[in-house]
Amino acid sequence: MAWSSSAPGLVGDADVERVLGTHTLPVSCEADVIVVRRAVRDLAEAHGFDVFATAAITTATSELSRNVLTHGGGGSTTIEEVEQGGRRGLRISFVDEGPGIKDIELALSGGYSTRRSLGLGLSGSRRLVDDFELQSEPGVGTRVRITKWTRYSRRSA
Amino acid sequence: MRPGPIPILQIGGVLIAAIQGELSDSVAERFQRDVLTRIESTGCAGLMLEISALELVDTYVARVLADTARMARLMGTTTVVAGMRPEIAATLVQMGYDLDGIEAALDADHGLELLRARTGGGR
Repeated sequence: MAWSSSAPGLVGDADVERVLGTHTLPVSCEADVIVVRRAVRDLAEAHGFDVFATAAITTATSELSRNVLTHGGGGSTTIEEVEQGGRRGLRISFVDEGPGIKDIELALSGGYSTRRSLGLGLSGSRRLVDDFELQSEPGVGTRVRITKWTRYSRRSA
Repeated sequence: MRPGPIPILQIGGVLIAAIQGELSDSVAERFQRDVLTRIESTGCAGLMLEISALELVDTYVARVLADTARMARLMGTTTVVAGMRPEIAATLVQMGYDLDGIEAALDADHGLELLRARTGGGR
């Protein structure tokens, strides 16, 4: 397929995001955390992430799925393989129905930096990805969604 | 699959553990106890954690490495972390976790040199 040039302001089909695949995995024990991050590592490599980006998304996945387990009492992870403008990406949601986070600002600043830290995992994960969304409601649960894209689009490679 | 414990070798006056693949919680906890027990039984003043084949260091694994080094230090043993992969170093610093206070070496050779210098020549 021949792509047109990516002139600024040009919005064509190539700029519409497409979901290429979706995988939902449970997070209810430590072995699940390992399964989830292996799945993410394999998908990152398959979609052309370099070793640095692969380490970043895999490590963020490890942190956030561990949070689901230790702070949320278990939940699930959904991995979406996405493509936009010739670039591939992974978007991963971590969902639990645990106690929720009372002070999101504090959590994201790394302020809950106790030894079994929620803070470092959350704030650190945010720095490793391109997009980070956090929704949490006390008594209802927590949902974190991260997205990381490959550095270069396939058409310019 | 349940991975076995991490072997800890004694070479000269130094304890060496090569940590590979992914470090699970249960293996990590056992490893910490094994290292401290071996320090006591051997009297080694140097410990090298060789991590060139360690594939992932999240804040949990980083804390295991840092805590092990701190515990060893309380017993009088110096720890060197050797061979960290570039993508792991980059990821840890981006996260704001840089294993502050732990000696690092490029590879096992440099790690041994550093430990010998720190512990007065070894045996």
